Amino acid sequence: MAAPSLRIRGLVKRFGTHVAVDGVDLDLAPGEFFCLLGPSGCGKSTLLRMIAGFESPSDGVIEVGGADITALPPHRRPVNMMFQSYALFPHMSVAANIAYGLKGRPDVKDRVADLLRLVRLDGFGERRPETLSGGQRQRVALARALAREPGLLLLDEPLGALDRGLREETQGELRGLQRRLGTSFVVVTHDPEEAMMLGDRIGVMERGRLVQVARPVDLYRRPASRYVAGLLGDVNLIPGRLGPAGPDDTREIVTAHGALTAQAGDAIFAEGAEVVVAVRPESLILGQGSLTATVEDETFLGDRIRRVLRLPDGTLLRASGPPGASPERGTTTQVGFAPADAVILQA
Amino acid sequence: MNGVTRTALWLGLGFLYAPILVLVAYSFNASALVTVWGGFSARWYTALFSDAPLIAAAWVSLRVAVLASLIATILGTLAALAMERHGRFRGRTLFTGLVYGPMVMPEVMIGLSLLLTFIGIGLDRGVATIVISHATFCTGFVAVVVSARLRGLDRSLEEAAADLGAGPLRVLGTVTLPLLAPAIVAGALLAFTLSLDDLVIASFVSGPGATTLPMRLYSQVRLGVNPEINAASTLLVGLVSVAVLAASILTAKRGG
Repeated sequence: MAAPSLRIRGLVKRFGTHVAVDGVDLDLAPGEFFCLLGPSGCGKSTLLRMIAGFESPSDGVIEVGGADITALPPHRRPVNMMFQSYALFPHMSVAANIAYGLKGRPDVKDRVADLLRLVRLDGFGERRPETLSGGQRQRVALARALAREPGLLLLDEPLGALDRGLREETQGELRGLQRRLGTSFVVVTHDPEEAMMLGDRIGVMERGRLVQVARPVDLYRRPASRYVAGLLGDVNLIPGRLGPAGPDDTREIVTAHGALTAQAGDAIFAEGAEVVVAVRPESLILGQGSLTATVEDETFLGDRIRRVLRLPDGTLLRASGPPGASPERGTTTQVGFAPADAVILQA
Repeated sequence: MNGVTRTALWLGLGFLYAPILVLVAYSFNASALVTVWGGFSARWYTALFSDAPLIAAAWVSLRVAVLASLIATILGTLAALAMERHGRFRGRTLFTGLVYGPMVMPEVMIGLSLLLTFIGIGLDRGVATIVISHATFCTGFVAVVVSARLRGLDRSLEEAAADLGAGPLRVLGTVTLPLLAPAIVAGALLAFTLSLDDLVIASFVSGPGATTLPMRLYSQVRLGVNPEINAASTLLVGLVSVAVLAASILTAKRGG
């Protein structure tokens, strides 16, 4: 593997007594599409602003292409950023906006024309930003940020201001553009679906810490905490105590509903520790297994059926599966799951 | 709007502007007696333009107003940039207070303290001292107008410029100042009018040969009001109104 295009070590940002970013380590390979995911106030935007140079870290190091850029002012950094508000200069034409970062370079005109073509805005060069639609402004902002051919592009909620239909279309375009250019993208988003659709890898942030970095599929199937599990979709959590190790890297969990078996995973807990077993609704198998449940409710969603199951002690489970006749509402059924589909997490 | 509010509005406007309207009306009075209407005439305007001392005073006022508003605009804009864009530096609150101070201080005090200062440093009183004094008290007004606009300016515009490789000076010249231009011009016009109609401070700090228009008018009134003064005042009111109107249109205008 080539040298990482971005390397962050021990990055901390304090605002007074508030710690916005709390010891973040991160490595990005060149050409990677990385998503920073988390709710507002988790520190993801502060992290992005530190990479761009708008906030100076309280501690830590940022390297791009092997060079330490921690102390460089924004205008000397080899990265560019696309702002959430787009930040298009209202007193300049679209072409002047895109050309702003090209000062002193030869053939600015050709380059601007190329960029306009790249974002499918040929002929819009002389327009003022305020005469454009939201989607067009977004594309101007993207073209402007790409003008200097940065090795690393930072995007702060790039699709946040677009309406739903346009969002999905633009997600695909962004992905295609990134693959074609080979530029590393770091996208900040609060939308898990968007992060899963865009990112090669996703970094989940919670209260200033990067709690898990993984490919979308691993993040979904093997979340490191209840927080990550809940962020990426519906999940059933069954509390219990950790039992002895079983075969094939499995562990037994003693619950109120009897013993369950789940994948041990990376987390190491002592025997007897309070844990939860996390199972996705689509991983619950109805008709077989050690749990007995009553079908409380079912909702037909076309491609699948969602069922609410009640365990004898009142715990509710959500199951989702292909449309089928049984089991019907009010009937009792066995419920189980494959050990590989369940994760043991800290309670 | 109901009847009561409408009446109150007209009464309020009347209270504010009726005296000025009376002044304007009498400036077209053919009679030499100020309080007796003798038919319409523009003779006082003709007389005005042949009154050499008055014209000289007008020129002094205009020169002072242009120079003072120029200095106040530069200093006020710099002060606003320091207050809004320089982070939380030591003594920022004190600095803000000092910039806005002259706006609320009694003019007599400003005039007196400036006079003492000029005597203390041995500066001869004349046009230069009036310019310095007016620039001093106008700077705060410019700073207020410009910093209000600066506060409303999306910070990410300047960040985007820096991100695209522009150093601090290029950001200031190509993004911050062009977007502030309406507020800067409005502040300049405000400073211009404030300087143009100041009497108190100018009286303190002026010297021989440096009589401003308001000073000239005031001294003539003390010898007896004549309709020529009405004509001069009407022109002054007109000039100030145009400047203030332009300033408020520029301030209200949004975007670039």
